[in-house]
Amino acid sequence: MKDKKNNQVDYESAIDKVNDSKKHEPTDQFLTFYMGGEEFGINILSVQEIRGWEPITEIPNSPKQVLGIMNLRGTVSPIIDLRYCFGIKDLTYTDETVVIIVSVSVRNEKKHKVIGIVVDAVSDVYNFSQSQIQASPELAQTHQAQYVRGLGSTDKKMVIILDLTAQLIADIETSSSRHAVLS
Amino acid sequence: MSVDLSQFHQVFFEESYEGLDVMESALLNMNIEEIDSETINEIFRAAHSIKGGSGTFGFNDIAEFTHVVETLLDLIRSDQFEMQAEHVDLFLKSVDCIRTMINELEAGGECDTKVARELKTIFNAVLDGEQETTQQNPVDESPDNSSLKKAGETQGWSIYFKPSIDILRTGNDPVRMFRELSEMGSLEVSIDYSDLPVLSNLDSEACFLSWNLTLYTDAQKEQIDEVFEWVVDDADIVISPIESQEENKPVAALEQESKPDIVAVEEEPTPDAGTESGEQSKEKVAVKPLAKKDSKPESASIRVSTDKIDSLINMVGELVITQSMLNELGKDFSVTSIPKLLEGLEQLSLHTRELQESVMRIRMLPISFAFSRFPRLVHDMSKALNKKVELVLLGEQTELDKTVMERIGDPLVHLVRNSLDHGLELPEKRLAAGKDEAGKITLNAFHQGGNIVIQIIDDGAGLNEERILGKAIENGLVSENDILEPSQIHDLIFQPGFSTAEAVTDISGRGVGMDVVRRNIQELNGTVEVESKPGEGSVFTIRLPLTLAILDGQLIRAGKHVYIFPLVSIVESIESHDQMIHRVSGGCDVLRIRNEYIPIIRLWDIFNIKAEHEEVTDGILVIVEGDNIKVAVLVDDLLAQQQVVIKSLQDNYKTVPGVSGATILGDGTVSLILDITGLIKLAGVGKEFYRKISESDDIEAA
Repeated sequence: MKDKKNNQVDYESAIDKVNDSKKHEPTDQFLTFYMGGEEFGINILSVQEIRGWEPITEIPNSPKQVLGIMNLRGTVSPIIDLRYCFGIKDLTYTDETVVIIVSVSVRNEKKHKVIGIVVDAVSDVYNFSQSQIQASPELAQTHQAQYVRGLGSTDKKMVIILDLTAQLIADIETSSSRHAVLS
Repeated sequence: MSVDLSQFHQVFFEESYEGLDVMESALLNMNIEEIDSETINEIFRAAHSIKGGSGTFGFNDIAEFTHVVETLLDLIRSDQFEMQAEHVDLFLKSVDCIRTMINELEAGGECDTKVARELKTIFNAVLDGEQETTQQNPVDESPDNSSLKKAGETQGWSIYFKPSIDILRTGNDPVRMFRELSEMGSLEVSIDYSDLPVLSNLDSEACFLSWNLTLYTDAQKEQIDEVFEWVVDDADIVISPIESQEENKPVAALEQESKPDIVAVEEEPTPDAGTESGEQSKEKVAVKPLAKKDSKPESASIRVSTDKIDSLINMVGELVITQSMLNELGKDFSVTSIPKLLEGLEQLSLHTRELQESVMRIRMLPISFAFSRFPRLVHDMSKALNKKVELVLLGEQTELDKTVMERIGDPLVHLVRNSLDHGLELPEKRLAAGKDEAGKITLNAFHQGGNIVIQIIDDGAGLNEERILGKAIENGLVSENDILEPSQIHDLIFQPGFSTAEAVTDISGRGVGMDVVRRNIQELNGTVEVESKPGEGSVFTIRLPLTLAILDGQLIRAGKHVYIFPLVSIVESIESHDQMIHRVSGGCDVLRIRNEYIPIIRLWDIFNIKAEHEEVTDGILVIVEGDNIKVAVLVDDLLAQQQVVIKSLQDNYKTVPGVSGATILGDGTVSLILDITGLIKLAGVGKEFYRKISESDDIEAA
C-alpha cells in the first residue's frame, strides 16, 4: 500500500469501477488520498476540485492547522493542513503536495463552508457499499475520531473513510508541532 | 402531482408587503373631501391581491380579515358608502394588522388574530349600521360610561411588559424604566422567566423576560406611557387600571373606531388623548410595532428593473464578442498583430469595468425605500404630540446600496423622531416665535463625491447649547474651564453616556442615545454631524459610502505580508524619531505629536509575524482612528492606494480579530483588510488607557 504513492488519479480504472459497481448493491464513491503513508477517503460528492500547492496568504493568530486563505475564483477559502490535524509529523510542501477543495457541513447549521485541505497526494476513486465500511473503535478517544466515519476495505486495501466538518477550522490540541516553514 | 406551495411563500410575503405599502401611501395621500376613485381602486386592488394570495396559500386568518376590509372598500368604490376621516385611520390600522399577521407567518409562527378580530368587529359594525354607527357617540353608552368613571378613579395600573428580544441591544434598560415607575408610587414587580432558554443556549445580550407590574399611584396613563415611550415599538405593553380587569371589547373597539384621533396612534403617548379619552384608559392596548420592518431580517431577494438587466445582458454580449476576437487573434499570432492584441485587451478591460458597474447598480435601490415609512411615522407622531408637521422628502430617487439601505433605516427613524419630538415646538410656541404654525421636517438625499448624503432638517428651536454644556460638565465629559466652539458643543450629544434618563427633556433622546445612532452609522463607514442655530432649527447630516462592497484602501507592508487599511480611517502617516516616542508605565509606547499622545501598536507584535523593522523609529507610523480612539500602527512600508472589493472571511472561515475582511489584489493573491477597532482591542488599548494617557498629557503640560 505504501509503495503505491502516486498522485496521479487513475481515471480510467475509476470509471471501470463505477461500471462494475452498478451490478451490485448501491455504493458511494470515495476519493482517496495519502497522508503520511496512510490512505484516506472522502465522499467524492463533497469534492469541488483538486489543485496543486501554491503559496497562500497567512491569517494572523490562526490555529496551527490553518495555513491561510486562498483565492478560489473570487471567493476566499481557508486552507487547512489535514496532515497536521491527524498528527502527521512530516509536513512538506512540494510541487506534489495537493490541495483538495471540499464543501463541509457546519455543525448545527444547514449551510456549508468551502475549505481546502492539504494532503500528500491524491490516489484513487473507490466504491464502497455501506456493508464494506466498518466502525473503527480504536480511534474513538482522540479528537480526530470525530472526522472518521469508518474503515472501508476492498480486496487488497483498507481505506480510512473521513467525514469532514467545519470543525476543522477550530482550535485543536495536538502533541506534534508544525515544523515546516511555509514558502 | 402535488406542488409544494411553501416555496412560493416568500414571494407572497414580499408582494403582500408591497401591497400594504401601496395601501398605506394611498391612504395617507388621500384627500378626504374629494375622494379620487382611482385611489380607492388602487387600495382595493392591493387588498384584493393580498386576499387572493393568502387564500391560495391557506392563510385563512389573513384572507378572512382582508375580505372584510375589501367589502367596505367595495362599498366605498361603488359609492354606496361615504368615507370619513375616521375610516382612513381604520384602514391604516387594518394595514398594520395585516402586516403584523404576515410578519408572524413569515417568522414561522401562527398569527395572532386578536387584533384582527377586534378590527373585524368594528368593520362589521360599520357595515351593518353604516352611518348610524359612526354618528352615535359611544361615550353615551352606559356600560362604557360607568367603566370610564371607574377608570378615572383608579388608584393604580397593572402593566404587562414584554420587551422584544433585542431590547438590551438597543441600549434600553428595563430596570431604569422600572426605577422611573417606582418614583411615581409603590411598585410591585413579578417576573415571567418561562421563555428563558437553558443556560447553554442563553444569549447574554438577549432579553427573554417579561414582567407583570402593579403600580399603586395616582399618576395618569400618559405618565406611564412616557416611561415606555422609547420601547413602545419593540415591546408588547398592556396597561390597564387595576380595578376593572373585566371589560367588554366590542365597546372599547367601537370607541376606538369613533375616535379617529386616537386610532392608529394609540400606542403613542397622547397628550391629546389625555383630555379626550385619557380617562377611559382601560383600552387594552396590545402594542405591536408600527414599522414592523425593523424586526424583519434583511430580505434575501431583490427586485431589479428590467432595463438594468437588459444593460447587463448587453454588456455580457459585448464581453463575449471581445473574448472571441481575442481567441481568433491567439490562434494565429504573430508580432504584427500586437497592436490588435493591445486594442482587444483595452476593450476587454473597458467592458469588464462597465460590467462591474452594471452589476453594482443592481444592488442599488432608490432611497425612497427607506423614506417611505416616514409619512406614516410623522402622521402618527404629530397627532400624538399635538404638533403640526409638514414632511418634505427630497431626492427620493437617489440610489443607495441595498445593504446600507437596510441598516440606515433605524438610525433615520431615531433622528426623525428626535427632530419631531424635541426639535419642533408646539404650534403656540411657533406662532409666538413668529414662525409658521406647522413645523417643517425635510429629508434630503443626494450624492456628493463617492458618498451619499442624507440630511434631516427641521425648522424647530435648535439645540439648547446651555443645557447640553451643563449636562456634559455634570457628566464629566468636559471640564468647566473648557471653552468649546458651538459645533463642539453640538457634537457632545453623540457622546456615549450623554443621553441619560435625566438628560431627557428637550435635548436629545430618552434612553436610546444619539451615540447609538452614531455607532450604527459608523458601522457602515459613515459619519453623522449636526449643525444647529438657536431658534432656526437643526440639520443632521449623515454621510455614507455608496456601497459596502468596495472601499478605498491603503496597502501597507509588514514583513512579507500585505495588509489594507480603509483609507477613511487613516489620519496621517509619519516617520518618527526618538524625541517623539515616550514610554508610559504599563508597557505601551506612545507617540507625541502636536501635543497629543497616541498609543503605538506594533502590527508585527499583535499579529505574531516577522517584520522588517521592529523598532518604532525604523518603520512608518500610520495614525488611524477607530471608535474615537487614535492609534499609531507601526508598519514597514506604505504601498499603493486602490479600491478593493471586500470579500467575507466568515463565509468559509470565521471572524478573525483585527481583520474585517479580505480582498483579492491585482496579482490574484489575497490580502486582509484591517479593522481598526479590532486592532485596538487586540492590542488592549482601551478607552480607559487612552484617557489615562490624555490625563498624563495634562499633567505634563501643566
